[in-house]
Amino acid sequence: MSKVFTSFDEAIQDLKDGDTIIVGGFGLCGIPEKAIEAILRKGTKNLTVVSNNCGVDDWGLGLLLANKQISKIIASYVGENKTFEQQFLNGEIEVELTPQGTLAERIRAGGAGIPAFYTATGVGTPIAEGKPTKVFDGKTYIEERAIVGDFAFVKAWKGDKLGNLVYRKTARNFNPLAAMAGKITIAEVEELVEVGELDPDQIHTPSVYVQRILVGDHYEKRIERKTTRKKEEVY
Amino acid sequence: MTLTTREKIVKRAVKEIKDGMNVNLGIGMPTLVANEIPSDYQVLLQSENGLLGIGPYPTEDEVDPDLINAGKETVTAVKGAAFFDSAESFAMIRGGHIDLAILGGMEVSEKGDLANWMIPGKMVKGMGGAMDLVQGAKRVVVIMEHLSKKGEPKVRKECTLPLTGQGVVDRLITELAVFDFTEEGMVLIEKLKDISLEELKSKTEAEYSISPNLIEW
Repeated sequence: MSKVFTSFDEAIQDLKDGDTIIVGGFGLCGIPEKAIEAILRKGTKNLTVVSNNCGVDDWGLGLLLANKQISKIIASYVGENKTFEQQFLNGEIEVELTPQGTLAERIRAGGAGIPAFYTATGVGTPIAEGKPTKVFDGKTYIEERAIVGDFAFVKAWKGDKLGNLVYRKTARNFNPLAAMAGKITIAEVEELVEVGELDPDQIHTPSVYVQRILVGDHYEKRIERKTTRKKEEVY
Repeated sequence: MTLTTREKIVKRAVKEIKDGMNVNLGIGMPTLVANEIPSDYQVLLQSENGLLGIGPYPTEDEVDPDLINAGKETVTAVKGAAFFDSAESFAMIRGGHIDLAILGGMEVSEKGDLANWMIPGKMVKGMGGAMDLVQGAKRVVVIMEHLSKKGEPKVRKECTLPLTGQGVVDRLITELAVFDFTEEGMVLIEKLKDISLEELKSKTEAEYSISPNLIEW
């Protein structure tokens, strides 16, 4: 059975209202642009979205927010988005702020079959409220639960037709973790190659985690904050 | 040349960085510390979105949307840099492999508590990686202005804002003074020559002792 799809709309046809989706990316870097556009076209509602950020007003997950498709967000930082702010203040959207490292580990744990773990992150802060604690070697830790998604959407640089993935630079971020934690993981890649063309030593996400793979074209790769130096400036 | 408040803080903060360290600089004022690191130091800057070895901002033709820092700014990578995923990034942080984190602050208490992520009643944006960094980095240095824009003390007996971490600050640097947080409590170790001990006390709600080796600058 081939994992390769040619249409994003077909690849997400079994996505349902109320599903939990884990979405790779950090800010707008390494986000699955094409899958997000397909979810927007499909109009799936009441999604719980697990992602480090929630896009900007007119790009990335911000598109799904603006279209009121998201009812809950689990993220570490949502500060770039006025649509979010408005919906949050109106009580239209629930937010579960999670420290970034805890979020990464909750997703990784979900993919690794670990139901919960202990971390010192957040001890003594509002994040710890209502969570069980345990003392190890004299230090207090809080229990954090793993996250599993009905779907995970990831973006890689290259992939082969089996679903092996290679990411590029800091566009890797949450993508390999998201890939592990989806019951169905849909990977989109800039370049889809034949099986055997990727060096097995260089693969970041082994194919076992990926159920569907597609090649996307014309990636916009929008930049949130373009910062440059002049050529002559020596660092 | 007179330095701005922020420039003064940054100039002092860079002295915390020693040759050979792996360092995480927070978003905002801490990012400016990078420009002051002596060029002969071998220091790797960690970006929690998955890069150890942040380089300078790119030139116009080097801009790469796949290469950003935690502040979502385009950057470059130095020779010897490594890319990794977010779980590995925070394993590095939580596991105590990062020698030093320099973070901004809204309030610091005399017990070394830090608040820097949320103002109740205002929009909640999120803590990002700050809570992980303050728990995991080997050493946590907070840099902030001594008083709020309204002139209220930010160095407090107790933080009034929700905490980022409890008892996590090792050192606090402001434009007026430097404090250490020790087993014996908060200690003033450096201060501006131009400010008297009385005036500093009046601007600081927290109670602190004065180091016998107090340095003035």
